[in-house]
Amino acid sequence: MALTNEIIRQKLIEKFGEEITGWEEPYGMLTFSTAKDLNLKVLQFLYDEPTLQFRFMTDLCGVHYPDNEGKEIAVVYHLHNLVENIRIRYKVFADVNKPDIFSASALYSAANWMERETYDFYGVNFIGHPNLKRILNVDDMEYFPLRKEFPLEDQKRTDKDDEMFGRS
Amino acid sequence: MARPVQYNITNKRLETPISIGEAPEGYSGEGFFASRLSDVVGLARKNSIWPLPFATSCCGIEFMALMASHYDLARFGSERVSFSPRQCDLLMVMGTIAKKMAPVLKQVYIQMAEPRWVLAMGACASSGGIFDTYSVLQGIDQIIPVDVYVPGCPPRPEAVLDGFLRVQDLVENESLRRRNSDKYKELMKTYGIQ
Repeated sequence: MALTNEIIRQKLIEKFGEEITGWEEPYGMLTFSTAKDLNLKVLQFLYDEPTLQFRFMTDLCGVHYPDNEGKEIAVVYHLHNLVENIRIRYKVFADVNKPDIFSASALYSAANWMERETYDFYGVNFIGHPNLKRILNVDDMEYFPLRKEFPLEDQKRTDKDDEMFGRS
Repeated sequence: MARPVQYNITNKRLETPISIGEAPEGYSGEGFFASRLSDVVGLARKNSIWPLPFATSCCGIEFMALMASHYDLARFGSERVSFSPRQCDLLMVMGTIAKKMAPVLKQVYIQMAEPRWVLAMGACASSGGIFDTYSVLQGIDQIIPVDVYVPGCPPRPEAVLDGFLRVQDLVENESLRRRNSDKYKELMKTYGIQ
């Protein structure tokens, strides 16, 4: 029998019950979230459970929601079951002042560099990551550029007149 | 409707049968020519500039056109494009330089032997261009001194040729001792280059 969103949902509810919230199915892709402390348990369950077998991590990324107080930083996992060809999306949220999240790099090797990228741009502190340092930006960058409080432009420029760019 | 093709039908008469570059000032007699050494060195350098292309994006494509038969930079003595900085005289920076690329570019510049010149081609290399963002260097003159800027996005090969002729002017007229001058050393110091 083919694996469907309904079966995945039932399996997760059997195991975790009310811990899992925010059920959604945008464009047919099952999406849910939990508290951030549970992330490794949920991922391990999705990986090991013989009917689910989500053994491929397609993507891991961060999102910054500045208005979502206490849950400003989201970390989104995209998992793929290659046998059944079905994908799910799993989100955890953290406080922007203490963005500590357990690292999934021991479970999915693909998470290693993607967590470094997420740290690079959003400053998420992945606990247990073997080598958490910047990967795309210059090493001496002093901030996390994709957080909304930082302007896009390089603030150290001296030769560009704001008026000429229509932003005075 | 197809655009009408226009041909250059105005004949341009040759001024002389063979065009010869201008000789420097000096005394000539039968079998000898005496001039200042600096002028001769300038003339020789000017017509044998070896460019080092540092092409990172679309300006590099224009540069390829510049080197090819239609525009042919070789006419100006730059037949040999070298990819070893130690052999080159002119660093041509073409394209967006990300901040992460900046140390590489600087290293290439440091590896070049004096005398060396730099041409910044296009808006990105000159000023960061449209990439006014945290990850892009806002002009290569933040890390290395630049002699000639060629504006455009990307500039046409003719524009780069013009820029190259400006570099030739600099090379021809530059004092041989300029690189030892205090002013030059001061400039290098501001970039942290010995």
